[in-house]
Amino acid sequence: MYDIVIIGAGIVGTMLARDLSGYRLRLALVDRENDIANGATMANSAIIHTGYDPEDGTMKARMNVRGARMYEKICQDLGCLRKVVGAYVAACGEDEEKTLAVLKQRADEREIENVYLSGDEARSQEPNLGDEVTKVLSFPTTAVVYPWEIAIACAETAVNNGADLMLNTEVRDIARTENGYILHTDHGDVETRYVIDAAGTGAGKIARMVCEDPGFTIQPRKGEYFVLDHQVEYVKHIVFPVPGVKGKGVLAVPTVYGNTLLGPTSDPVQALDDTSTTFKGLDSVRADLNKTMKNVPYRYVIRNFAGLRPSGSTHDFVIRECEEAPGFIFAACVESPGLASAPAISEYIINEILSRSLTLEKDPDAVMTRKRPLVMAELTDEERAEVIRENPAYGRIICRCEQISEGEIVDAIHRTCGAHTVKGVKKRVRPGMGRCQGGFCEPRVLDILARELGVSPLDIVLDSKASRILESENR
Amino acid sequence: MRHYQAVIIGGGSAGLSAAVTLKENGIEDILVLEKDAEAGGILQQCIHNGFGLQTFKEQLSGPAYAERFIRKAEELNVSVLCGTMVTGLNDRREVTYVNPEEGYVTVSADVVILAVGCYERSRGAVEIPGERPAGIYTAGQAQRYLNIDGYLTGKNVFILGSGDIGLIMARRMTLEGAKVYGVAELMPYSNGLPRNIKQCLEDFGIPLYLSHTVTHVYGKDRLERIEVSKVGKDLKPIPGTEMYFDVDTLLLSVGLIPENHLADEAGILMDVRTKGPVVDDNYMTSVPGIFACGNGLHVHDLVDFVTLEAARSALGAVRWLKGTQTADKVYKASAGQGVSYVVPGRINASCDHRVDFFFRVRQNFETAQITMKSGDKVLRTLKKKKLMPSVMEQLPLTEKMLGELEGDITIEVTEA
Ligand SMILES: Cc1cc2nc3c(=O)[nH]c(=O)nc-3n(C[C@H](O)[C@H](O)[C@H](O)COP(=O)(O)OP(=O)(O)OC[C@H]3O[C@@H](n4cnc5c(N)ncnc54)[C@H](O)[C@@H]3O)c2cc1C
Ligand SMILES: Cc1cc2nc3c(=O)[nH]c(=O)nc-3n(C[C@H](O)[C@H](O)[C@H](O)COP(=O)(O)OP(=O)(O)OC[C@H]3O[C@@H](n4cnc5c(N)ncnc54)[C@H](O)[C@@H]3O)c2cc1C
Repeated sequence: MYDIVIIGAGIVGTMLARDLSGYRLRLALVDRENDIANGATMANSAIIHTGYDPEDGTMKARMNVRGARMYEKICQDLGCLRKVVGAYVAACGEDEEKTLAVLKQRADEREIENVYLSGDEARSQEPNLGDEVTKVLSFPTTAVVYPWEIAIACAETAVNNGADLMLNTEVRDIARTENGYILHTDHGDVETRYVIDAAGTGAGKIARMVCEDPGFTIQPRKGEYFVLDHQVEYVKHIVFPVPGVKGKGVLAVPTVYGNTLLGPTSDPVQALDDTSTTFKGLDSVRADLNKTMKNVPYRYVIRNFAGLRPSGSTHDFVIRECEEAPGFIFAACVESPGLASAPAISEYIINEILSRSLTLEKDPDAVMTRKRPLVMAELTDEERAEVIRENPAYGRIICRCEQISEGEIVDAIHRTCGAHTVKGVKKRVRPGMGRCQGGFCEPRVLDILARELGVSPLDIVLDSKASRILESENR
Repeated sequence: MRHYQAVIIGGGSAGLSAAVTLKENGIEDILVLEKDAEAGGILQQCIHNGFGLQTFKEQLSGPAYAERFIRKAEELNVSVLCGTMVTGLNDRREVTYVNPEEGYVTVSADVVILAVGCYERSRGAVEIPGERPAGIYTAGQAQRYLNIDGYLTGKNVFILGSGDIGLIMARRMTLEGAKVYGVAELMPYSNGLPRNIKQCLEDFGIPLYLSHTVTHVYGKDRLERIEVSKVGKDLKPIPGTEMYFDVDTLLLSVGLIPENHLADEAGILMDVRTKGPVVDDNYMTSVPGIFACGNGLHVHDLVDFVTLEAARSALGAVRWLKGTQTADKVYKASAGQGVSYVVPGRINASCDHRVDFFFRVRQNFETAQITMKSGDKVLRTLKKKKLMPSVMEQLPLTEKMLGELEGDITIEVTEA
């Protein structure tokens, strides 16, 4: 019997797990996927929006402004990367400048640092900004992160503090009991007093397992992207068009590792798991980008991908206890800026919802911080020499594009919440993220995984449990 | 800092050939750096026959060809450091490498030869929409899984791109019991050698779909199905021409790109056409003392030419070391009409040795009229039957022609 079961190991679920693991609670984090952060948290723009965008009075505005301010400390505590790159919202012509004025007023009221630049001033900083851009509202404190790095670090912290992580566990139905709930999963039943529904695009389905009308439906919207190699530095700041009916528009985003993301589109889709890219979507990224940017170096594209926003019929986050089902808490419809808001959503659920009916007692033994794993590329020459002397595997480079050593991969496999798939290794230490996209290193990574996990290479998967890479042994 | 006369980056056929030639020409103090556990490069996974027809006048397998050079290098006492990744290169010819035994080490050299080979274009670079399941590999990756690690990647296979590795894998996987449904090529002509089309596809009844491409992939976990469409003259898919294949494996053989990040780091001038460095008649890059050859310079289809080119670059390095040439005036050599690239791209006016240009045509020619010009002056014309983009061509700039240079050199090809 758990005190709390969190459904969904995305940024919201893992953030909650980490925060709750600081209390004396029996906790479980459940996800149907084969790794942490395989949903929206894996495929997004990775921006910690400062919070000027959501309209007054919304949950989004409240959570975003607060959440963004929490990230610096969180990333410090968890040894995660966060890069303050600044954001430009670029207006073309008078009409759009009017929208900028609205944003500026909101930003001022919310005490978010901002400054106007003329088109030319902005272009002197950002030479690839389009020539039609007449005015820019600059937000110097906007940051980018590696969303799944933070989610994994949160889960690792929670599990080290005693939480149970159950992957490959899909919640299929939920029954109410006298003092809580029983979750029927494809891996047996799980009993708990409280349930937090942080299931992303699956949140609506979960909600309907306990209540007839939760007051929202999930209407996913797909976002497609290109990724440019870090060989080219296309932008220094995040460049946004002025927001429109379809959301924040198509952006150019510098990532923490120096790649550039171009996208996303915003198209409603039917299937809750349709993350396929399309010619139409990718074409519209190219077309829309022309508005704010120029000289886009498409020859450096190394990948395209798509993510699904768990958008809701409410157009706002739904963070509340279910009226019909006490102890059942929604963290649903968490579309953008859900990443930026996640720490505040977690704080809100704990302080404003759970604490009303649950005694929360701090666990003095809980460790809320995590040491950053050793990354060779971040060390000085002397430090590296030392590390290799102690463990020669750190001197064996496996991924030549990103210069990742065998030692780092082995560490990623063996640490708490470690990698057991090729994609899992890629998410944690990045081999295959470079321009060869794993052409060289994937066979080697697969080999290391099989060796370290003590299984046959035939059993190593790319990502999901059924995503086998090798078919059969040859003779 | 340890100093060498020559450091060679890459121990594939290019690196080994360059090392052997340097030794044979009196350069004693050489270090070859190779990231893999053994030397030989890409040849080690090419277990089919077809290597060395020109160099050794016999058909060898890739590993056998490599073995000859590895032994020769051993006999000549060339030190080859395997399991050693080069991570840095600068314009002062300082090379940083790392291995488990020594950690990170920086050495310097009178000459550095880049023999780093190439990498395969990936799915992301060619824009195939759809899901991202397992079962999509570059052809070289599947080749490694099969020939080095001993695993078949799938049973029902389709191949995108008619590059040689894909063609060879079509045959190889068929022989291992897989069903290969076809090869789709975006262009109206094949990108592979004619002999591979014959021996790897036609002999096995595997269809080649020219002017076709993969327009969607399906499958959440493992690849389940692909959509293939015909493309128009603009290379865009034509709606209504879709075909579907239920395959669990898609191999990509859509191009090879010289491995160029070290050259980039050293500030070496790159050729936008070949995506490798621009070199002169000595195979020297824009950074004095740094040379390049093999697939790291431009992508070759025959190992014999790699061996030859690497030997030439080593001779160029020897010449440069002896200082017999002054870098005064330079003539550019470039691709004219019908030609996609020319290597080397610069000829020093003081060049006193025959230079052999390598070039590729842009499209198929039945009877080609090849013209080499210097300024407006025609240096040479010749007719040749059946030129195609997949086959690299050679054209000499003889010592006599060197005396006649009047300006930049262009090579152009038209239908006669
Ligand atoms: C294209 C795009 C761009 C975005 N850009 C930004 C941005 O720049 N900044 C920002 O702040 N936000 C951004 N967002 C929003 C942000 O990514 C999401 O708000 C956030 O990741 C949501 O996290 P989550 O944990 O709620 O959902 P998810 O990460 O989707 O996690 C939900 C998890 O629940 C699991 N699950 C679902 N159903 C079940 C079930 N029945 N049983 C068990 N497990 C289940 C899923 O497997 C999944 O892992 C973007 C989103 C998209 C799609
Ligand atoms: C699959 C395939 C099939 C072929 N089939 C035929 C055929 O049938 N007949 C034929 O004649 N030719 C064939 N060829 C062509 C020919 O064999 C190759 O072009 C030739 O072997 C390339 O030699 P290379 O030395 O330039 O490159 P490679 O063999 O790739 O060698 C480059 C070496 O450099 C090393 N390296 C790269 N970067 C670093 C670094 N930073 N630090 C240390 N080491 C590094 C690599 O590990 C590699 O060993 C084929 C080629 C391929 C790829």
